[in-house]
Amino acid sequence: MAKYIDLTQENFDATIAEGVAMVDFWAPWCGPCRMIAPVIEELAEDFDGKAKICKVNTDEQQEIAVKYGIRSIPAILFFKDGEMVDQMIGAASKDAFADKINALL
Amino acid sequence: MLDCAIIGGGPAGLTAGLYTTRGGLKNVSMFEMGVPGGQITKSSEIENYPGFFDSSKTGLDFMDAWQKQCFHFGLKHEMKKVVSVQKTGAFFTITLDGGETVEAKTAIVCTGAVPKRAGFKGEDEFYGRGVSTCATCDGFFYKDKPVTVLGGGDTALEEAFFLSNICSDVYVVHRRDTFRAAPPTIDRAMRKENIHLITDSVIEEAVGDAMGLSGVEIKNLKTDEITHMDNTGLFVFVGQDVKNDVLKDEAGNFICEMSDLGQVIVDLKMHTSVEGLFVAGDLRIDAPKQVVSAAGDGSIAALQVISYIQEQQ
Repeated sequence: MAKYIDLTQENFDATIAEGVAMVDFWAPWCGPCRMIAPVIEELAEDFDGKAKICKVNTDEQQEIAVKYGIRSIPAILFFKDGEMVDQMIGAASKDAFADKINALL
Repeated sequence: MLDCAIIGGGPAGLTAGLYTTRGGLKNVSMFEMGVPGGQITKSSEIENYPGFFDSSKTGLDFMDAWQKQCFHFGLKHEMKKVVSVQKTGAFFTITLDGGETVEAKTAIVCTGAVPKRAGFKGEDEFYGRGVSTCATCDGFFYKDKPVTVLGGGDTALEEAFFLSNICSDVYVVHRRDTFRAAPPTIDRAMRKENIHLITDSVIEEAVGDAMGLSGVEIKNLKTDEITHMDNTGLFVFVGQDVKNDVLKDEAGNFICEMSDLGQVIVDLKMHTSVEGLFVAGDLRIDAPKQVVSAAGDGSIAALQVISYIQEQQ
């Protein structure tokens, strides 16, 4: 079963460098983040081999959150070949996330 | 064919799911696009739900215990977004995001509400980049920094208090000189040293740059004086807008009778003007917007669904 990738300072840049990546910035205390957690897991399976579905725990990875100017979570950033090309703030449906990824593939 | 389709997974929907399935209905699905819980999961505290009194617990913690119980009797969870609920003949057609449809004998719509935007200049531009409607989610990003809170109700003052334990200073901007919040909530906020109440005032504009919000312009409604405050976080708690879109038909007309405020008109049994269609929680007229009331609505609607199905057989 495909699983999402947990991103840290160590693997962030290398992971998003090539192809399409969706990165969910979240925290354990955030209700809407927890709400979409199973959606992220399903997307990781659906897009296995096509796009990288990733998560950043902003509580543990504050440097990455600061680097990308995250001030509201959940914040979902979309990358293509290392460049941020789109973003969404707040909980949304699986289809809404999938549409954004598909538009980049 | 579902016995009952429950649209929305907040306290009303979860309780409706518990009551319908425990009441013997075998085929009940609750449509909620993620983990159920509703608006209260964004709340930093809940101290008015009888039987639950723990100041260390958040709304998210509070709803955790509901999950196991509400799904215990066979309620199914469909992680899908509902686009519309229509009555076709004697039954309901539930259309999901992506076009898939599901048929149901009855429907309980409890889609709730979302935080209202206040309407000041820059609010939409900086939403998510300094402007927030969730203190528990985003307060962390303003640790030891000053923030502004807009609003004067329970949510505004509860969340101001939550923020005052994280942020250096919390400036509460409220358009009146008295607060609508419950007396203990007002008292607690007034006694907190780093909460500063700015009354008779509104946010005139949120200002910033490519990095996001950098400050707010606060207008005193009595003197028209505008004061600028450097402040990178602005939390807006000015009420809710009900989510009623699923009850619109293709032409954009509501399928049931609505109030001028867009709330669904129901009777004391949560019946709408459409047979077999029930509404519970914040979406109904005169909703007190409390977890305990939404849960009560959900139970009423569920018991009515059971009676309705028995009568139809």
